[in-house]
Amino acid sequence: MINIKNIKKSYGDITAVDDITIHVRKGQLFGLIGPDGAGKTSLFRMLTSLLIPDEGSAVIMGYDTVKDYRKVRNILGYMPERFSLYLDLSVEENLNFFATVFNTTIEENYNLIKDIYKVLEPFKDRRAGDLSGGMKQKLALCCALIHKPEVLLLDEPTTGVDPVSRKEFWEMLKRLQAKGFTTLVSTPFLDDAELCDEVALIQDGKILDMDSPQNIAKKYPHKLWSISASNNYKLLRAINNYEKKKSAFAFGNSVHLATDNEIEIEEIQNYLKSIIDYDFEIKPIEPNIEDAFMELMKEE
Amino acid sequence: MEKETVIEVKNLTKAYGAFKAVNDISFEVYKGEIFGFLGANGAGKTTAIKMLTGIITSTSGDGSVAGYNINKQRDKLKENIGYMSQKFSLYEDLTLMENVEFYGGIYGLSKKQIIDKATLMLDRLHMNHIKETLISDIPLGWKQKIAFSVAIIHDPKIVFLDEPTSGVDPITRRQFWDLIYQAVEDGITVFVTTHYMDEAEYCDRISMMVDGEIHAIGSLQYLLNKYDSKTMDEVFIKIARG
Repeated sequence: MINIKNIKKSYGDITAVDDITIHVRKGQLFGLIGPDGAGKTSLFRMLTSLLIPDEGSAVIMGYDTVKDYRKVRNILGYMPERFSLYLDLSVEENLNFFATVFNTTIEENYNLIKDIYKVLEPFKDRRAGDLSGGMKQKLALCCALIHKPEVLLLDEPTTGVDPVSRKEFWEMLKRLQAKGFTTLVSTPFLDDAELCDEVALIQDGKILDMDSPQNIAKKYPHKLWSISASNNYKLLRAINNYEKKKSAFAFGNSVHLATDNEIEIEEIQNYLKSIIDYDFEIKPIEPNIEDAFMELMKEE
Repeated sequence: MEKETVIEVKNLTKAYGAFKAVNDISFEVYKGEIFGFLGANGAGKTTAIKMLTGIITSTSGDGSVAGYNINKQRDKLKENIGYMSQKFSLYEDLTLMENVEFYGGIYGLSKKQIIDKATLMLDRLHMNHIKETLISDIPLGWKQKIAFSVAIIHDPKIVFLDEPTSGVDPITRRQFWDLIYQAVEDGITVFVTTHYMDEAEYCDRISMMVDGEIHAIGSLQYLLNKYDSKTMDEVFIKIARG
């Protein structure tokens, strides 16, 4: 559905997108995962034909984003990173505007947005500028869907959104996937990655790894432990001095310690008991995608 | 022993017409705490922070921050707190050092104080080599660390951090929290909002706002027990979904 081949984009000395190749298959929910400045938005702008690549190409459903840009624009539903609806138009006026631009009507494609729009409908006369963050995201998604696109490109739809609205947003994406939409979505939240079929982890314009989130976690090269105590900051400092650690990172209420595979639990327990005088709990755990991402970043 | 309070708020309310953005909230923040201020979008967090930082006055209720009344001593209050968000931070077209000088000046530090502070800060951040670099040429994660250090350049009693790590990579995000812990060791109280629930778990106490009111407040352990949850993410979803 989406074929990105060796695409590059630089701004002066800065290479924003550095030789990226991605294939998104029909019906996939594909995640571009990386922090701000990784190149996600530049990539989206090339896919939407708003920016011309320096090298390489992007082809969506057989249409080249440079040569066939008019076609491409019609088959895409795009939700840019910044909220870009008209703040002084009402909810309904915004939706109507986007429908009209694409030569359709709200009624014609209402079934596509019904699930999402029904929570907005009570506020359809409210100005878009007066909506809460979660509501704005829902409206932006409706506007991206109203012309019945084939492919959805969503640039950081959940940034600045609270955990509940974020969860709801992903539930909506899953429902759209069930309806047959192909979606490319970017996010800086690593836990969002676990909801995608396939992800590309990107940093500084390059792909660190690309696979299913399960496989990426499986490739993690070390043994991983979760350790918790009443004061995690002190605990982390103690663990940081452990000479057999590969890495140690705080994870909310616990610390994840990576070691060589031959290290046994007793060895770590003995080390910790020798330097701290409070109780702690330790257990082996499976790595998650955030562990994997940080490991890949370290290797770079 | 009575704990020293840095924020004390009683029955604080902000109404816009009939709509109460903040509805009768009361709480305290103690010296040396990391206080997590959570809530759904539109719950009233931003309005509450604006009252606590002296940007707007309350409709009713009252309080003090860093020893100053939030309605009557707003100028004094602003001089004695630090504030940082992702949106409001550094001047992109000034260098790192120029930003430090500018903010140091705003907060009334002398030339010598600014130089002493800058030296300490650049050492701690390992950023001596980029002090003449334009902020626009510095990566986001680094900028956020600089912005935080600048926000506490005048040794405020308390610093307000509004989603300070939004969009930052996972390693830099953790380094940012190291800076927060260092500031706490230097005696600064931290008031922080975040959408990362692992970060909420780093806080000493957490409050949860829903529809303008504080629905829950307490330590992580207290909230996990009370809402029969394993993670703060679960607590958040249970409270926000009612």
